[in-house]
Amino acid sequence: MTSPHPIDRTFTALPYRRMAEAALARAQDFHVSHADFRFERIRSQDISVRDGRLQGASDTEDIGFAVRVIHDGAWGFASGVAMGPESAVRITETAVRTAQVAAAMTTTPVVLAPEPVHHDVTWVSSYEIDPLTVPLEEKVELLASWSRRLFDAPGVAHSSGSLKQVVENKFYTDLTGTTTTQQRVRLHPQLEVFGTDPETGAFDSMRSIAPPAGRGWEYLLGTGYDWEAELEALPRLLAEKLAAPSVEPGRYDLVIHPSNLWLTIHESIGHATELDRALGYEANYAGTSFATLDKLGSLQYGSPVMHVTGDRTVEHGLATVGYDDEGVQTQSWDIVRDGVLVGYQLDRSMAHEHGAALNGGRSNGCAYADSPGHIPIQRMANVSLQPAPDGGPSTEELLSRVERGIYVVGDRSWSIDMQRYNFQFTGQRFYRIENGVLTGQLRDVAYQATTTEFWNSMEAVGGPDTWVLGGAFNCGKAQPGQVASVSHGCPTALFRDVNVLNTRTEGA
Amino acid sequence: MTAPTPQELVEHALKASRSQACTVLVRSSTRANLRWANNTLTTNGVMQDVTVTVVAFHHGAEGTSTGSVSATAASLDQVGRLVEAADAAAAASEPAEDAAELVTGDATADWAERPEETSIDVYADFAPALGESFGRATAQSRILYGFVDHEMTTTYLGSSTGLRLRHVQPSGHYGCTAKPTDLSTSAWVGGSTRDFRDVDAHAMEAELVRRLGWAQRRIDLPAGRYDTILPPTAVSDLMIYAYWTAGAREAHDGQTVFSARGGGTRIGERLSRRPVQMFSDPAYPGLGAAPFVTATQSSNLESVFDNGLPLARTDWVRDGELTALLQTRHSAGLTGQPVTPYVDNLVVSVDGGTGSTDDLVAGMQDGLLLTCLWYIREVDPQTLLLTGLTRDGVYRVQDGEVTGAVNNFRFNESPVALLDRFSEASATGPSFSREWGDYFPRTATPALRAPDFNMSTVSQAQ
Repeated sequence: MTSPHPIDRTFTALPYRRMAEAALARAQDFHVSHADFRFERIRSQDISVRDGRLQGASDTEDIGFAVRVIHDGAWGFASGVAMGPESAVRITETAVRTAQVAAAMTTTPVVLAPEPVHHDVTWVSSYEIDPLTVPLEEKVELLASWSRRLFDAPGVAHSSGSLKQVVENKFYTDLTGTTTTQQRVRLHPQLEVFGTDPETGAFDSMRSIAPPAGRGWEYLLGTGYDWEAELEALPRLLAEKLAAPSVEPGRYDLVIHPSNLWLTIHESIGHATELDRALGYEANYAGTSFATLDKLGSLQYGSPVMHVTGDRTVEHGLATVGYDDEGVQTQSWDIVRDGVLVGYQLDRSMAHEHGAALNGGRSNGCAYADSPGHIPIQRMANVSLQPAPDGGPSTEELLSRVERGIYVVGDRSWSIDMQRYNFQFTGQRFYRIENGVLTGQLRDVAYQATTTEFWNSMEAVGGPDTWVLGGAFNCGKAQPGQVASVSHGCPTALFRDVNVLNTRTEGA
Repeated sequence: MTAPTPQELVEHALKASRSQACTVLVRSSTRANLRWANNTLTTNGVMQDVTVTVVAFHHGAEGTSTGSVSATAASLDQVGRLVEAADAAAAASEPAEDAAELVTGDATADWAERPEETSIDVYADFAPALGESFGRATAQSRILYGFVDHEMTTTYLGSSTGLRLRHVQPSGHYGCTAKPTDLSTSAWVGGSTRDFRDVDAHAMEAELVRRLGWAQRRIDLPAGRYDTILPPTAVSDLMIYAYWTAGAREAHDGQTVFSARGGGTRIGERLSRRPVQMFSDPAYPGLGAAPFVTATQSSNLESVFDNGLPLARTDWVRDGELTALLQTRHSAGLTGQPVTPYVDNLVVSVDGGTGSTDDLVAGMQDGLLLTCLWYIREVDPQTLLLTGLTRDGVYRVQDGEVTGAVNNFRFNESPVALLDRFSEASATGPSFSREWGDYFPRTATPALRAPDFNMSTVSQAQ
């Protein structure tokens, strides 16, 4: 469904078109082989509550522009905040100067894969109510009332809540004539309760598993999520967790709920199939990938039930957009098919060098900059595990197949090595499975595995009814650091014989 | 048309505000960076930014409420719109629980000075030398990947109580990873700097070559607890996390490793039997940081009411005893402790710690030497158990010599527990956290030797 909203007039009234004309004209004076101009306004609001009271609220607006050129085969990038054509010209000259400095150290000339030209197109994400148009009092009142209700519940010592809201406008144009104007909305509500075991003095918490979403304020009013059920359950779930026994470390079958599995997908598949990582461009920071280009078409990433897609078009996805930051229309494609690595995420320069075998020599629309002050880099699409076709099993049916195992719900701690082999994840709650039945919560659980062993141990994926679009607001990458939002959909899935640690004894 | 100065932006905002009180923060920054991989430059940039934060304070019948609005703003009109938004937000909010009298004062002597700037020219010496390193690396079958970044941020703080404060913060860091062309191993060096005059690309390359040489012999070791030397960068990786967790409010509420069982905080409790010192000091030589509070919004760790509050050396751990946690005036009232706000640097030292990492290596019979840690995340807040991985070089030490490179490991360890378990410490010197240094570059730490560092599992990453 396409949003009925037009591009915000307070954005279109800004002088970016005149600035773009001036910038691109000045870039041509230097005979650049490529130049693009990007103008962004990112408005956000954060609200935090604690024990039923407002703790902090702040509004932020990041507005500015960037010019990127290729000159003598080298990138040059500069950004600024002062409005007007004169400022755009000055920043363009700085970008060219930067490219001239860079040319001496650029041993591989930069070339972009060609793209169709899109003449002045617009795209707006799917949402009903722009959250930034809702009065602050109304939002604080709702969050504070939720926090107060949790704080007043038996066994809850403290409660906290937060709401992040972002409305992003972006204008892009380049020397080929592509011009795009876009608008998208996303938000992330979280609630958490804290408690103490009266006998041991140990403390713990239970956090909501509601995912961040590319939706508007209607999400907080119940569209797309059952907040009443979550609020009702959190205190009871915390009490059960505080009284739960500590897990016996060992090997267990795991049934993993989408609220936990999305993050394992993000770390072990999403990042591992970014082509810039595979090529070494992130080697000094975020790391590389075991899934190198030579393994395309042959790496048995996971079991035959594993089908993973990259998708920048899914409705309400956090990485969903109409056109990327290089003017490429977004797409969806296979990354893992029948358990085998078949695709990567790439941008235009990588598509030029390596895309012939991947996407017919074209980018698949994965260039993104998180602010006007940052250069676009290859960022993650919505990378999702597909459910079983033709119905598929329910979560209950998956649980029924387990004799001795653990059901994992909600994310908490996550970590993976620099080539995406070894990972360790915890969660919000863990239930013991005995003979196909849940028999109460466990504590202190972490699962640890190697990426390909883990995905090859996946025996079954749930049906479409178990599929949930989870995700994150805060995926970090690149130097200087950039933060991107991304969604990951997945069904509940069953994994056999996974290593489980007891985090209490690990720290002893 | 000339752009308004930061001081003009501050005064315009204060004059425009219709709230009973107002605080304005202007951050003017320039940043220049170079990034490289596969022996070629990949990206670069020069960024200019001016961010204005207006905090409006509205005195109502039930207390004082606040509105905080930040935005990129380079004109008086933009600032005017910010003020309107902040005033409206303050009027619409409920009373703030951290309400307090605003800090008072006058203009400091440097208030009228312009923002300081950096440019791509900060790499005038470094860049050509790096280009030479690319050539040598290609000729000698090495691949270099790295990043240099330099930023100058000038902060102006003005308030309706008369405060006019200015602070210039230079921040810079460098890091370079090297691999042989078969990608069979990896080495890294990095550090922080204030102006790049002390960064030598040739010296950086020489250290990488030395470390790759250590890796010519490969040794596979299983998971287990190992006598391990953590160099200053790895100690910084861990201790920054402990510092960021040291909020008094959350400790007092029973949610962190610094919470006392049964209620309250662990202030006054001995965390280490050793003479460990952990402190922050805005005037620490080479690590200078803002000497006053700059809070854009209230949270567990900071309060907008504290803006302008002077900062001084604060001992978090003195002689092994926890002496302070991060306090706003509000949390100090809740916990009955002195006001000790967040300071933007951290020093860890051990009395009697002498020599360098190499000296610790020379005294080790059989153990491991790390390079740095990565992907560090909290597993258990009760013990501050952290997990993460070794990265870009774990080396076997035998009879005081490095004898080869070992596989990487996942670790599960608590920095608070390590403060009591280490067996030796070097002298303290400037360090740079591999994971957090981009955001928190001002640290000084020793190398520590931990007799039983928990290498939980083996990582295949190279």
